[in-house]
Amino acid sequence: MVAPTDNPDVIWVEEPEMGFWEATFLPAIVEGLKTTLKHVTNYQPVTQQYPEEKPKLPLHYRGVHRLNRDEKGRVKCVACMLCATACPANCITIEAAAAPPDWPDRDKFPASFVLDELRCIYCGMCEEACPVDAIELTHIYDLTGESRSALMYDKDKLLKVYDETKDDPRDPTRTRRGRLGPAADFSELPTVAPATPITPGDRSAKAESPGIIRPYEGSRDLPE
Amino acid sequence: MPAIVVTLITIAVAVGAVLTTVAYLILLERKLSAWMQDRRGPNRVGPFGIFQPLADGLKFLLKEDVIPSEVDKTLFLLAPTISLFTTLLAFAVVPFGPVDQAPSFLRFIIAPGVDIGIVFIFAVTSLAVYGVILGGWASNNKYSALGSLRASAQVISYEIPLGMSVLGVALLNGTLNLENIARDQAIGGLWAWNIWTQPLAWLIFFTSALAESNRLPFDLSECEQELVGGYHTEYSAMKFALFFLGEYTHVITASFLSVILFFGAWHLPYIATPESAYAGAWLVKVLVILLKVFCVIVLIMMIRWTIPRFRFDQLMNLAWKALIPLSLANMIAVMCVLQFGWNKYWLGAISIGLFFLAGVIGVAAKRAEIRHRPAAIKLVGAHPVPSP
Ligand code: SF4
Ligand code: SF4
Repeated sequence: MVAPTDNPDVIWVEEPEMGFWEATFLPAIVEGLKTTLKHVTNYQPVTQQYPEEKPKLPLHYRGVHRLNRDEKGRVKCVACMLCATACPANCITIEAAAAPPDWPDRDKFPASFVLDELRCIYCGMCEEACPVDAIELTHIYDLTGESRSALMYDKDKLLKVYDETKDDPRDPTRTRRGRLGPAADFSELPTVAPATPITPGDRSAKAESPGIIRPYEGSRDLPE
Repeated sequence: MPAIVVTLITIAVAVGAVLTTVAYLILLERKLSAWMQDRRGPNRVGPFGIFQPLADGLKFLLKEDVIPSEVDKTLFLLAPTISLFTTLLAFAVVPFGPVDQAPSFLRFIIAPGVDIGIVFIFAVTSLAVYGVILGGWASNNKYSALGSLRASAQVISYEIPLGMSVLGVALLNGTLNLENIARDQAIGGLWAWNIWTQPLAWLIFFTSALAESNRLPFDLSECEQELVGGYHTEYSAMKFALFFLGEYTHVITASFLSVILFFGAWHLPYIATPESAYAGAWLVKVLVILLKVFCVIVLIMMIRWTIPRFRFDQLMNLAWKALIPLSLANMIAVMCVLQFGWNKYWLGAISIGLFFLAGVIGVAAKRAEIRHRPAAIKLVGAHPVPSP
């Protein structure tokens, strides 16, 4: 075991000696006042004037959910319960029912689908879990309601969110299949943007199998 | 016009002006701090937020006035009023214009001819600390009590350099009456401004005045990170506003004093001199003094966003190890000059010399402290300490 004082990662810093001008305080204060003044004379605010000026959200922003429709306008969800199982906040309640006889491509459909938007932590796990790309998170962030029950989004509301956002360039439908099919057919899932931007120096990006981080074995030298 | 009417008019004008100015100074401060930090500041109420003070005032009036159940009610209610009352009272002897050239309906000083003007101001403004102490004590809250303890230690310490820095000016001008100090400087012209003979005293005065009015970087009594809100943690609504008004009035008074004592009051060469007799000269003179005061206030605001808050021991060190000896030395220098009849402009040079001496002593003290500091304890084996 290395003593903490011998650890090369620990950099020892001595307090710098104080010069004459520092001891008198004044030059430092004048210098500081100059910096302060420079911000007033060279005033460049970075504030976004929110209600008038909307923020530019990244494509992978995770806001209010929607339930997608297929090309026939039916709800795409097949009531497989994967999203409800994946949800860490436990906020999806689905009641499955046998699909109507004129929907031959599936066995079940959600008789009721309720998502508690107040309990949701907007992690996006439901979207990841869904095998038929039925549930997606949109860019809508300014969600308000007058009561708790108004924010329990049922199937109709979630479908309405889809109708409102499907033509919005910020909310592309993240699948090109547009139809229901064998749930495991993932041959052509387009990536719109990575969920988290990855910098080139990131260890997880360089890993042999991306996403898996092995225990670090290299030397502990500080990078040059 | 009977004197009582003039007095009442003067009081109404002065108090009204001070309170409105405070409201707008708060807006100015918020705007300025926003600009210094590249933000926008209040901009929703009216164009550029100019109605923000009205909205704030309304909010203070309409908010629920909470009095916690375990407080000492009398003192709790008394504290904010003391705070505002004393600071406003101090303004009574501050001349805010050319007193002997006032129009018939106004006087430019609420209580004229107070020969102990400076002493009166210091006596009354140091009472303001009772507001802080009583407020913190009556709140029955540890953080409030700690805040007020700090405030009392701080105000008592800084009272000394504050008073002694002004004594030099009083000696040089031979009076404690603020009107006379202002008039003497105006008659003497630009080179009679006391800043030329007492620059060090101004520095000490300004620093101590900041500390006296609990402004940053000396606002340890309400330091949020350590004390929640300090002495006014338990105060809300209008009672909090009174504390706030008191603090700002203190800043205004200190700025007025700074201008009157050191920067020639309403005098400005060629424009506002005792001889200038054009119509409305008194108005120009009032504007000149207000402009000077405004500059000092802006300087105070800029300092607020430039220097971080002191640590409490640093605060005490500054008062007892730097400001008090310096102001003592300065006062002795003034006495010597007066006693031996030297040219008083030597005092400017002496001030600068004292300042440099303080710097040299500061460096030497720091060196000695570093030399005698115990070395870092080596744990296991020898570890490579980078040689300096
Ligand atoms: S975003 Fe996360 S928390 Fe919200 S419903 Fe989906 S899985 Fe649950
Ligand atoms: S995972 Fe998709 S298909 Fe399955 S229940 Fe949830 S939304 Fe419906």
